[in-house]
Amino acid sequence: MTKETVKTRPARYGMVIDLDRCNGCGACMIACAVENNVPACPEGVTDRTGITWMRVQKLSNGQSFPDSRTAFIPVMCQQCGDKTPCVSVCPQQAVEVDEASGIVDQMPQRCLGCRYCMVACPYHARYFNWWDPAWPNGMERTLNPDVAPRMRGVVEKCNFCHGRYQEARAKAAVDGAAERAVEYTTACAEACPTGAITFGDLDDPGSEVAQLAKSENAFRLLEKLGTGPKVHYISKRAWVRAAAGSSLAAETREVRHG
Amino acid sequence: MDRGLIIRGVRRCSFGRFALWMVPWALLLIVGCYAAFLCLYEGLHHTNMDNRFAFGLWIFLDLTVIALGAGAFFTGFLLYVMKRKELQAVINSAVVIGFICYSGAVAVLAVDVGQPLRAWFTFWHPNTHSMLTEVTFCISVYLTVLAIEYLPVILKNRKLRQVPSFLVFEFQLHKLMYVLAGVGTFLSFFHQGSLGGLYGVLHARPFVFREGFAIWPSTFFLFILSAAAVGPSFILLTTWLVSKVTRKELVKPAVFRSLAHVSGVLLIVYVLFKSIDTLIWINGTSPGLGFAAYDYYAWKPFGTWILFTEIIVLGLVPALLLLNEKRLPSRGWLILAAMLASSGVALNRFVLTIQTLALPTLPFDQFLSYWPSWQETATFLAVVAYGVLVYSFSFRYLTLFPQEKELSRI
Repeated sequence: MTKETVKTRPARYGMVIDLDRCNGCGACMIACAVENNVPACPEGVTDRTGITWMRVQKLSNGQSFPDSRTAFIPVMCQQCGDKTPCVSVCPQQAVEVDEASGIVDQMPQRCLGCRYCMVACPYHARYFNWWDPAWPNGMERTLNPDVAPRMRGVVEKCNFCHGRYQEARAKAAVDGAAERAVEYTTACAEACPTGAITFGDLDDPGSEVAQLAKSENAFRLLEKLGTGPKVHYISKRAWVRAAAGSSLAAETREVRHG
Repeated sequence: MDRGLIIRGVRRCSFGRFALWMVPWALLLIVGCYAAFLCLYEGLHHTNMDNRFAFGLWIFLDLTVIALGAGAFFTGFLLYVMKRKELQAVINSAVVIGFICYSGAVAVLAVDVGQPLRAWFTFWHPNTHSMLTEVTFCISVYLTVLAIEYLPVILKNRKLRQVPSFLVFEFQLHKLMYVLAGVGTFLSFFHQGSLGGLYGVLHARPFVFREGFAIWPSTFFLFILSAAAVGPSFILLTTWLVSKVTRKELVKPAVFRSLAHVSGVLLIVYVLFKSIDTLIWINGTSPGLGFAAYDYYAWKPFGTWILFTEIIVLGLVPALLLLNEKRLPSRGWLILAAMLASSGVALNRFVLTIQTLALPTLPFDQFLSYWPSWQETATFLAVVAYGVLVYSFSFRYLTLFPQEKELSRI
């Protein structure tokens, strides 16, 4: 008699980032790079050619001293849920949305490196391997065995720590957690010293992430394009929401244009 | 040996002079091949493309040469399907130019993609929703069609004709030309359209996203129309250029007029549809996505002048000149019009490729600029050199212009 396959409930993983808590320290970027075997920067790399699945960018209110204000916004793959721009354009199905998790997956071993998906992505959250990946002597021992490093000439991006997801999924299957979605958290959420990043299942109404996503101050990047990102941002400051282009903020134009 | 290969009844320069002409192009080809080797062997960091400018000079020029190479399919269509017999005078040259344009573009694409050895994956794991899949399929097949169309031109060489089986083969191939012209037209319509569709379907890039008919955005149809319009102009231009370089009359004036007329009619239709499309985009599509169209043109140097230049200076003006080909005081005007039309299609492909990527989408992103590296430039110049070499050999040893013999007797 064969044992029935244990199936876990599909989830819709998402993230909420509290911009009022983010101090721009960049710990999330480092944790992400270490977790996902992002190689060290080769000589000659620039901020336009380097690989950072997660990138902390600066927001400014555009005023001069003493009225100038600055905030930080970590930007990564927004894990679009509707009309995912990168999926439909890939000529060889190297990008797909996982039905069990809602995560937009990139398959580097199938990627042609045509970079059409990078052109399609409005968040500029996709990165190309312009160099051969290399780690300084001895640093290869820091590689995460659960994540395959990518080769030169392919595109990569944030996948909500797919290695961690797979591990948690295997554990859930062993534990027989058939009715629960797989529970895990991403490296960036774990590393953030101010607790600005909350990760979880958006479909679970009781989860913290689902509660926060419904906050009146929550918004998503370029929501007007209808891509249905699963990364949400929160800020109580109107100018931050406006600078990030929040479409829920009716004050957007007023704040931007004084 | 060289003399024995040259077709009877036409005059060609001495072999020494021909070799001297070929040397600089061969050197350019060698330098370009070295640059391409660096990109293939060491990686695409030799280019100045980056994570925002994921497409650069190569894609822009690939789209341009494929549009200009459309002269091959469209001249074939006019000759074999529409029975415009006067175009028999340029069809061989058009086929060679088409072959050069397409094979050159495919060669550059092979350097441009990060993993060229995986190109076959598109056939094995095709994403039928992707315009790029359609482009890959059609261009691969059409390049094969062009190679088959080129073959009878080669087999007509004086020496090769002495082999009886080649003669039979060439004769049989010739009977297929009507079918090949039809297949070529069908394939070309689709891949030219899909190249336009590449940008038009990008619903998250409001600068290029366009609504359209069924699954095809308007750029699909505009690319077909612009390529068909400019293809004959480019054939006109290259015929004139070869005529100038070789100091020979190659075709009768009626051929120039015929090409100009066809180009003019299609170009005016294109300008009309492009204007309507632009108005719909400015007033409907872009604001519908939450982006005011005038904001794009606030980023200098890409002001509204670029739109005006594309539609009026390089669209309407050459269209009117080409349409009035009989009233123009000299052939120079016709050549100017063909140059403007060809530049227009290049500007259109530039706008879609480079301007799109320079513009920020996120409100906190910056407007970026890009300048190609020497490796990118040299690789592309190698394609130009390859084109000149193939065309020069073809012109010297093959019959590219059947009227040349007759005109040289006058």
